[in-house]
Amino acid sequence: MSELKFPFTPLPRTGGTVTSDPVPPLADSDRKPLTKKEISADHPTWCPGCGDFSVLALYFKLIERRKMWHEKVTTVAGIGCSSRFPYFVQAHGAHFIHGRALPFASGVSLSRPDLHVFVFGGDGDAFSIGGNHFSHTARKNIKMTYVVMDNFVYGLTKKQTSPTSPIGFKSKTDIWGSLDRPINPLKQAIAAGATFVARTTHTNPNHVLEMMEAAMDHDGFSYIECLSECVEFYPGAFDASNPRKGGKFDLVPKEHDVTDEYAAYRLADTAWPGCFGIFYRNPRPTKNANEAKIIEEHRSKVSGLADWEILQKSFARMK
Amino acid sequence: MSAVAEGPSSADGQSRLTKINEAVIRIAGNSQDGIQAIGGFLARLAGRSEQEVMTFMTIPSTISGGPSIFQVRIGSGDVLSAGDEADMLLAFYQHSYEGHINSVKLGGIVLYDSDHVTPKPEWLERYRHVGVAISSKTVEAIGGTGRDKGKNIFSLGLLARIYDLDVEKITKLLGERFGGKDATILQNAVTCFNAGHSHQLQDLLKTYQFRHAEVRGGQQVVMNGNEALAFGLIAAGVRFGAGYPITPWSDIMELLRRELPKYGGTFVQCEDEIASISMAIGASWGGRVAVTGSSGPGISLKTEALGWASMAEMPLIIVDVQRGGPSTGMPTNVEQSDLNIACFGGHGDSPRVVLAPSGVEDCFYTAIEAVNIARKYSTPVLILTDQGIASRIEAFIEPDLRKVCQDITPDLSPVPDHKPYDLTAPDGVTRHLAPGTRIASGKYPVVTGLEHDELGHPTGSPKLHVAMTAKRRNKLRKLASDLPVPAVYGPSEGQILLVGWGSTYGPMREAVDTFRSLGDAVSCINLKYVNPLPGGLDEIFKGFRHVFVVELNDEGVYGYGQLGAVLRARHCDPKIRGITKVDGLTWKVKEIVDRVRAAVGGAPVKA
Ligand SMILES: Cc1ncc(C[n+]2csc(CCOP(=O)(O)OP(=O)(O)O)c2C)c(N)n1
Ligand code: SF4
Ligand SMILES: [Mg+2]
Repeated sequence: MSELKFPFTPLPRTGGTVTSDPVPPLADSDRKPLTKKEISADHPTWCPGCGDFSVLALYFKLIERRKMWHEKVTTVAGIGCSSRFPYFVQAHGAHFIHGRALPFASGVSLSRPDLHVFVFGGDGDAFSIGGNHFSHTARKNIKMTYVVMDNFVYGLTKKQTSPTSPIGFKSKTDIWGSLDRPINPLKQAIAAGATFVARTTHTNPNHVLEMMEAAMDHDGFSYIECLSECVEFYPGAFDASNPRKGGKFDLVPKEHDVTDEYAAYRLADTAWPGCFGIFYRNPRPTKNANEAKIIEEHRSKVSGLADWEILQKSFARMK
Repeated sequence: MSAVAEGPSSADGQSRLTKINEAVIRIAGNSQDGIQAIGGFLARLAGRSEQEVMTFMTIPSTISGGPSIFQVRIGSGDVLSAGDEADMLLAFYQHSYEGHINSVKLGGIVLYDSDHVTPKPEWLERYRHVGVAISSKTVEAIGGTGRDKGKNIFSLGLLARIYDLDVEKITKLLGERFGGKDATILQNAVTCFNAGHSHQLQDLLKTYQFRHAEVRGGQQVVMNGNEALAFGLIAAGVRFGAGYPITPWSDIMELLRRELPKYGGTFVQCEDEIASISMAIGASWGGRVAVTGSSGPGISLKTEALGWASMAEMPLIIVDVQRGGPSTGMPTNVEQSDLNIACFGGHGDSPRVVLAPSGVEDCFYTAIEAVNIARKYSTPVLILTDQGIASRIEAFIEPDLRKVCQDITPDLSPVPDHKPYDLTAPDGVTRHLAPGTRIASGKYPVVTGLEHDELGHPTGSPKLHVAMTAKRRNKLRKLASDLPVPAVYGPSEGQILLVGWGSTYGPMREAVDTFRSLGDAVSCINLKYVNPLPGGLDEIFKGFRHVFVVELNDEGVYGYGQLGAVLRARHCDPKIRGITKVDGLTWKVKEIVDRVRAAVGGAPVKA
């Protein structure tokens, strides 16, 4: 019985014609920040004028400014126009299934603490099909940054009602205007236990970058609600927040206490177009840290033992 | 109880000692009576005495109370199934007595709690009845608190007396199980055991003694299939898992949750099965094969993400502890009706590997093979076990842990260039690099569920879809060619070949022995590699007039079970037929024998 037909074998690193000759090490100190050219991959397939372009551009800026390296950045997404993000970034990327980017990213975050985990997606991906995962990733406070490019509509599938579509929005599935009360993503995030909640809009690049930097520096689940216009199916949706279109871009009031959950919740209810900035930031231990602590405790009890010896101890109790 | 020799009468002339090769003991009571504990003790005792042992239990799906049974078969030779008929029934209640007397051999022993059971006169002649006031004697032994909580241990004492079990070893086991902070617990257990053991069994004339088992190389470990599978995954190097509770899968996740931190790993309880598989896939992408699993409905929920793993060619282990379905079905009963979803579940052409361990020991090794296949062929692998294997306890030789434990830590050293979905790769096998790996060319891959080019970037090219679909399929063909041709148990030519998989293996092999002992030309093969199937089956089938696929699922609209239908489709051989059932219980040897005889219309099956 104990003959394994498929014993352990070391695997080739890469397949096919690609050689796996050793590559000399490259010290971080010898590296220059990545340029936009180095960090961009496929040309985005978005419609000209789509708000998602500016989110991508600012992600590149973030990578450059914060001196992150290709191999350390992971970009994860579900399905939607916005979720095509990973193809446009020259870094390890994963384009997963609709609505499940957060659990996928959690698997990366929890098993690979050495990586930066960024998740991008749409409002449908986040709050409809992925709604349950949003709540649980937030409450578990799994370390990652999640940017929802909210366009109040289903872009990829061509104009159906989204969970953030305002009442009265005429879509292909609500030709008489949407009837259902929209979700308020900020309230949702706060109520679920997210430890960092911010709001920004694609028309204010500096602000987007500022929020991304703050989110990335937050040790925990950081959520950014980013208004990102779908020029194809919901043009003008965010004009009210764009000074160039006659709207107003109000910052979160200076006196707002970002550690006050109730104040954040109230602020999230500010009448449209609301305000922008950090609504809530109140760190608590991440799941990453909590699990690491458990591991540390258990490892200390078996220190010095090889894995097979630990297993042998368990088996000794089963004789 | 195959009594082979009568031993000498004991000195007092009262009870005679009979040497036996094996015994099947069924214990019936309610789930809170701790009958699983007696079964567990007997199983571990057998393991320590180098005996083979197999158990079988049913637990009600509701948590409180309700009838429950545990059957243990202990033998000095090969034990392949839990035994068709019991040599002894230990019945705690009237309902246990009446509900299980049919499972006892004619002339077998019925040991009953006379505080609760009134024997039926019509059965007194057919079975040897031995009444003991188990409840009141237990209360008496531990000093009259009015509670009969130790009656399972008292009964263990009775059994130890009847079967001349090693009291020293049992006392040691009691110490391991009950020795703890509160010394009175162990004290009570020992008192109960001694009371049972010293009880005078006036109405029983014989006691029994197991013949010495052949000495095996190495010490035995005793565990159930879920434990063996979980420990196998740990040995294989799996350090991350994610799951959502459901019976009978939960045991595996609970064990991994408890054990993995010792090895630096984590198991996460997720919000649902979709999140679980997604998280496991994310961790696998992180560089080290991860595990998820479920039973019944949870497997259905995982199929979309499984399709992604197939498309993205991501190594992953998915454990399916099958139970009765569809839907919530028969949550605590055994069935093998997930073969279709395991092999084919999901939309699109989504090749994946399916392995089916045939017993507890096999669970351990299959887990390791599954991980190695997942890595080598960069593919999701399903391990199809079932409620029967999951919950039964077996003893097996402790694996050579030093040898089988493997380190699958990902190599993150930089590479010059990389194309995961390289179409020129040998046998079409994809190689993923874990994130964190620097690629000197500056070209980074994307793993994706969209049809893609060699770097993982999306494509709408029909040509690439054709090429990539072939690539995903061909690597499984390569795997198929690496699979061992199944060994035929029995001669390779004869009248009837039985084909089984998973938990059917044990009883099927015993059925072959039964047939052979009557001179019938029956052999069998077990298919552990369910998808892809190994080569060489045509050749094997050629040697027989009939091929019966024995499995625990429905015969379906067209009259074949699930594996039967696959074999029909693959081999186009009209002699392949199905023998199936869905009564929620593992195969009995006699059932297989009778069904085979009926299927050939009573025609002779001699060579
Ligand atoms: C399981 C599943 N259901 C439905 C779809 C189809 N689908 C793809 S994207 C999408 C909605 C996208 O909307 P959103 O997440 O807001 O992203 P956007 O395109 O607006 O950026 C839907 C319904 C799918 N891919 N998978
Ligand atoms: S459909 Fe809308 S969201 Fe999608 S790319 Fe075009 S503008 Fe952007
Ligand atoms: Mg949208």
